Amino acid sequence: MNEQQQTLWQFMHEQSDKLFAQTLQHVGLTFISLLFAIAIGLPLGILIARKRKLSGTVLGIAGVLQTVPSIALLGFMIPVLGIGAKPAIVALLIYALLPIIRNTYTGIIGIDQHVKEAARAMGMSKSQILLKVELPLAMPVILAGIRTATVINVGVATLASFIAAGGLGEFIFGGISLNNTNMILAGAIPAALLAIILDALLSLVQKMNFKKLRKALYILPAVLLILGGFYVLPSAYGSTLTAGFTPEFMGRQDGDLGLKSIYGLKIHTIVISDAIMYKAAFSKELDVISGYSTDGRLKAFDLKILKDDKSIFPPYYAAPIVRNEAFKQFPKLEETLNLLAGKITDSVMTDLNYRTDYLHQTPERVAKDFLISTGLYKAPKNGHNGVVRIGSKIFGEQYILAEMYSMLIRGNTDYGVSTKTGLGGTKICFDALMNDQIDFYPEYTGTGLLVLLQPDPKIAKEMAHNKDKTYNYVSAEFEKKFKIKWLKPIGFNNSYALMMRQKQSKDLNVNTITDLKNYLDKN
Amino acid sequence: MIELKGISKKFGDAQAVNKVSFKVEEKETLVLLGTSGCGKTTTLKMINRLIEPDAGGVFIDGKDITNEDPDVLRTGIGYVMQNIGLFPHYTVAENIAVVPKLLKWDKEKIKVRTQELIKKLHLPENSLSMFPHELSGGQQQRVGLARALVTDPSVLLMDEPFGALDNVTRTSIQKEFKGLEELKRKTIVMVTHDVQEAFELADRICLMDKGKIIQIGTPKELLYQPINDFARKFLAGQRLGLEFKVVKIQDIWSYLPKVTLQDGKSLSDDLNVWDAMELLRSSDRSELLVSGDNKESKAINFEQLTKAFNQFQNAQVHE
Ligand SMILES: Nc1ncnc2c1ncn2[C@@H]1O[C@H](COP(=O)(O)OP(=O)(O)OP(=O)(O)O)[C@@H](O)[C@H]1O
Ligand SMILES: [Mg+2]
Repeated sequence: MNEQQQTLWQFMHEQSDKLFAQTLQHVGLTFISLLFAIAIGLPLGILIARKRKLSGTVLGIAGVLQTVPSIALLGFMIPVLGIGAKPAIVALLIYALLPIIRNTYTGIIGIDQHVKEAARAMGMSKSQILLKVELPLAMPVILAGIRTATVINVGVATLASFIAAGGLGEFIFGGISLNNTNMILAGAIPAALLAIILDALLSLVQKMNFKKLRKALYILPAVLLILGGFYVLPSAYGSTLTAGFTPEFMGRQDGDLGLKSIYGLKIHTIVISDAIMYKAAFSKELDVISGYSTDGRLKAFDLKILKDDKSIFPPYYAAPIVRNEAFKQFPKLEETLNLLAGKITDSVMTDLNYRTDYLHQTPERVAKDFLISTGLYKAPKNGHNGVVRIGSKIFGEQYILAEMYSMLIRGNTDYGVSTKTGLGGTKICFDALMNDQIDFYPEYTGTGLLVLLQPDPKIAKEMAHNKDKTYNYVSAEFEKKFKIKWLKPIGFNNSYALMMRQKQSKDLNVNTITDLKNYLDKN
Repeated sequence: MIELKGISKKFGDAQAVNKVSFKVEEKETLVLLGTSGCGKTTTLKMINRLIEPDAGGVFIDGKDITNEDPDVLRTGIGYVMQNIGLFPHYTVAENIAVVPKLLKWDKEKIKVRTQELIKKLHLPENSLSMFPHELSGGQQQRVGLARALVTDPSVLLMDEPFGALDNVTRTSIQKEFKGLEELKRKTIVMVTHDVQEAFELADRICLMDKGKIIQIGTPKELLYQPINDFARKFLAGQRLGLEFKVVKIQDIWSYLPKVTLQDGKSLSDDLNVWDAMELLRSSDRSELLVSGDNKESKAINFEQLTKAFNQFQNAQVHE
């Protein structure tokens, strides 16, 4: 534990520049959107307090908007607003809107009628009543709404890293995909502290008496503006092309770090979620992205893989990994799973992914079509003999593989099957396997090596570029360390790859990563 | 001068005010008296357009108020609310300064006037920086009054200004109130459901029931010439006490014995019977020296007073 804290501290110390920048971005993003949310929500709240008939509709719409899952909302924004700051601010604003509108409304309608009447009786005009009586008296309630909105925003702002808007999400999500606890904590702890501190500060403001509150209210907008001003887009160095890399890719030796150290690539880079990356490349928001070589969207968006001519991306051959215990319970499991060994090539996998990701066929249908076409499909048997639990990570390819294995097991054995698909990232899937919550899932050799085993960098380097060496090494080590067996590889290699639009690649005559570097150096 | 001409107001199906007309002369105090829900507040609010009448018109100094900007109209009329209605987020000083600020008075003028008022209304000096919730109910009512009086408007509307007070405090505030010079030059419409208070403060009383005027007249007229059973019964419970207050020594002068005494410090015959009895009871004197309008003075003892009062009463009934 002590060592853990030590290293977390070291990590934060090492990365203090980034941490500081991300925290500022996070604060800035939170407050810029809060400012806009107040600018929109406050007048709307006042309006519906005046015209009560509208209140149901307005509060209803704001309520519905708030229930849209944040990732989906960010996704909707991209076609309209692109990536980066704009959609992030708009999305945050939308989440902050409901508490502000609702509290302004309830705050105003909750004011003692006699006080409002007194204001009228003394000859105050409508706007004077609003500014001098209604808003000040509703202020504690409105502030409570702003406080809620702030805390929501600090949380949702972590997702801004998905669309290249920066913030502490870069560490959090990078850490999750890299299985780097220190990185996760380096993002999560400041984010949590931020939420707690802001909440406490605003609760102080909220509890002030009227006299102090009045002074505070003059200061508050200024504070909001200043904090909002912290938000400088993560776009420091310019280059003619823009790259969008996933948080995971950014932190990997076989990713951005390798591109820098081995190729000497200097490109303007923003951090983005892989759910959005391909589309952003297609719509020319981005020029270079860090994709996966078998991703269906490669085909869908007409992208081209740049050849890794200095081979920094290690092979990522997929194979099921199984708990040894499971073989005792299910003796026929190994031979059944091996039915798929060597059957799926890169191009086949890309095509299968294309069908799910782009043609929106169900993974089930894609799996069945494939098994039928290769003659592996058999009608399900009774499944009375225990239940095999299959896991999968949270992307299309893994869903398809899980379906195929499920059909093979049902068709060839008497075992039943339950699938636990969508187990987040590598770490979540692997932990589920170790904790006996699933029996197997498809894993990649490169991931096994670099993420799960994390050997000495020297060994990793030596291993990384040879398909067989990597496979043998992870097989042996997993057996030793985890009592987990790697079955035979399925055939395809889903490695990292840099990609560009076909047309741009042709126009610039960039076909390899070295070409890309040379092009960037010249321009 | 305020004139209401046949104003009516309905809330839904309920006729809150029904064809009410009256005139309040310059510097007169008219009290709207009636049971709860009879339409007093509604009538009052139509005078400063907090409520717009369905029919009829209101004229202040001969001008139809519907032609005036309601906000401007209201800054010119002092209004004391039934529920006080102080701004909880303003200090006492700021509460008092609301209307002057709307009228853009300069700070110094507001300050001087505020000081003057809190002295007149016996509010503690340090209360100026307090918030309303830090004051007692009686103090809050005084602040409400100060707020209405601060710009010295010629018209003052007051809705049960002493309603929230206990009897003891109320009586003393009423006394102070009656003694305020400021109020004597104002045209006042005041609402109350308390008969004693109405008799204490009114020049004329407007007795209402179910949105209609039953009778308008001086306290004495209401007592001795009630127009119908309702008017009579409304006062019946406190009749004797009211009569003591309404009847003055000058009214019963002729029933007092004709004994004339030598000069001395004498009281005015404006004194009412109630106060005279109070004096006789509280002081160790057994007689009061009162001077009439024809420079004739009489010394009166308790027995003579009650006897003369009874004779006066009998005469009224037989009239
Ligand atoms: N805003 C309103 N909406 C509906 N009905 C109302 C409204 N204001 C008053 N009323 C009704 O009109 C009638 C007269 O009310 P008003 O307030 O004038 O009575 P009041 O004589 O002042 O009574 P109180 O002595 O209790 O203050 C009552 O029946 C009351 O319920
Ligand atoms: Mg009333």
